[in-house]
Amino acid sequence: MELIELFLTFLKIGAFTFGGGYAMITMIQYETEQHGWLSQAELVDFVAVSESTPGPLAVNMATFVGIKTYGIIGAVIATLGIVLPSFVIILIIAKFFAHFRDSKAVEGIMTALKPAVVGMIGTAVLAIGRIVFFPNGMNFDCFVSVSFWVYSCLFVIMVILAFKKIHPILIILMSAAVGIAAGYGLGL
Amino acid sequence: MHKNLDLFLTFLKIGAFTFGGGYAMIPLIQREICENKKWISEQEITDIVAISESTPGPVAVNAATFVGYRTNGFVGAFIATLGVVLPSFLIISVISFFLNEFQDFKAIQYAFTGIRVAVLALIFKALWTMFKSVKKKAVSYLIMGLSLFLTSFMRIDAVYVIIGCMLFGLLWSLLKRREKSNGTD
Repeated sequence: MELIELFLTFLKIGAFTFGGGYAMITMIQYETEQHGWLSQAELVDFVAVSESTPGPLAVNMATFVGIKTYGIIGAVIATLGIVLPSFVIILIIAKFFAHFRDSKAVEGIMTALKPAVVGMIGTAVLAIGRIVFFPNGMNFDCFVSVSFWVYSCLFVIMVILAFKKIHPILIILMSAAVGIAAGYGLGL
Repeated sequence: MHKNLDLFLTFLKIGAFTFGGGYAMIPLIQREICENKKWISEQEITDIVAISESTPGPVAVNAATFVGYRTNGFVGAFIATLGVVLPSFLIISVISFFLNEFQDFKAIQYAFTGIRVAVLALIFKALWTMFKSVKKKAVSYLIMGLSLFLTSFMRIDAVYVIIGCMLFGLLWSLLKRREKSNGTD
């Protein structure tokens, strides 16, 4: 019964996310929270691993959540769920190729969808920001703690490096090194 | 049979060697499918990419299904999709096994505390890049703000936001078309 729930959840995510993996994070976050499948910090760790392994972000995330919840069968079910809508929709469109591309309706839909996707990625940024900067809830103590300032500096540096087109894996590795150094050195 | 195997191996390779999601995968698909294998023309692959981006689901999976279908029908679509997904599936399965074993290590926990900052920075960059590609119109900003407010503060399922925007975009384009046809009459 719960496997069906897992399948349907990822089927829904696969059918309704446009614009790649990042937009999917908000949806996966919503669903895993509703179902209590994993903690929000765990989800951010999953995003990191998915980002540093090859393959589509969405497929990696689905496999991950599936394994975490119901082992290898869960992984198969979740991956199948996220891929199936794409597969079916593309097969249908492939038959009506020319009509789809030149359609004014599709163009209109995409024009409205794009800003919505940006808003959804904004939600992911806010949620992950809360986990990174205010892991124990937001209060005055956060702003006087050493860890808040260390990670704020790290964040600014990593954003600059990301805009300088440094490879994401390098950014993840460097941040991991800073995390380990801060953990052992400062006891954060 | 030979063609199916070739299709499978090509997409297996694409799935195993692209990092950073579907957009990073597109140049590789272009090189393998158009230049090396010559299965599909440059013009057609541009159309396929455009469609993959405007249909739901992972861009890489969409493109694989489409190229597979064009090359060898339904069987081709199935084989190519399987090929592009399989490496992810296997790699993540192995990694999650190791993560489970080592998650209690202090060093791993410290590393992930740092890595979360990296993830935030990477998504922030993606947000900025997408924000800049949106048409600078009042209605775009309105949709953006509404989408952020509803999914972030109201905790509404993003699916409803997507459906709402699709309906809005559809109506908008229909109204525009009617306006235009009235104007020429």
